[in-house]
Amino acid sequence: MDLTIEAKVENIEPLTDFVNSQLEAMGCSLRAQSQIDIALDELFSNICHYAYGGKTGHATVSVEELPEENAVQITIKDYGIPFDPLAHDDPDVSLGIHERSIGGLGIFLVKKTMNDLRYEYRDGCNVITVVKTL
Amino acid sequence: MEVLLNKDGGTLVASISGRINTATAPQFEKELIPALDGVEELILDMTDLLYISSAGLRVILTAQKVMARQGNMVLRNLKPEVYEVFEMTGFVDFLTIE
Repeated sequence: MDLTIEAKVENIEPLTDFVNSQLEAMGCSLRAQSQIDIALDELFSNICHYAYGGKTGHATVSVEELPEENAVQITIKDYGIPFDPLAHDDPDVSLGIHERSIGGLGIFLVKKTMNDLRYEYRDGCNVITVVKTL
Repeated sequence: MEVLLNKDGGTLVASISGRINTATAPQFEKELIPALDGVEELILDMTDLLYISSAGLRVILTAQKVMARQGNMVLRNLKPEVYEVFEMTGFVDFLTIE
């Protein structure tokens, strides 16, 4: 199923509800669900902040069960400026409190928790695909 | 997301419930950080916190920096999913988690 919504941060709530209702129907574990919710937040907030350069725009999220892999595949698409969120170095998570910044931590968390994470620019869209075992 | 603040002398207990995400983190910051004035012991009770994303980690980092100057900060009753976020990001190295 698909959901297309305006890319603004308040919409993370209906987006999370939309994805969670499908995860629950698939019998997703609570642990995987909270990791997916975090991944959605990190990826969608990136789109809200960067994809449309301050203008309004939309994002389309689709959720698909992969029964053979006992996994879910979630695709997040936007129609904005080409931007690969994975093209950055991982942050140094060994730094102390005073050297710390939050930049890059979100995508780092997504990389650590999802089984697969891919980016491509296709047909004028940024397309991010994540796969996670249920 | 909801934050319940309970202040007793220099001790503040903040009970956080729901989701801390990119939409709710600004509210979390606005309610928590100004309340730290004069607090020596901050307890963040996360019993009912479902998850925290990096937007929330930024607020936790700010609170830890404030409390490092004026007292202690302790995180309590974390669900395993919440603990894992602090672990993966290395925050466990400078936070006190009970």
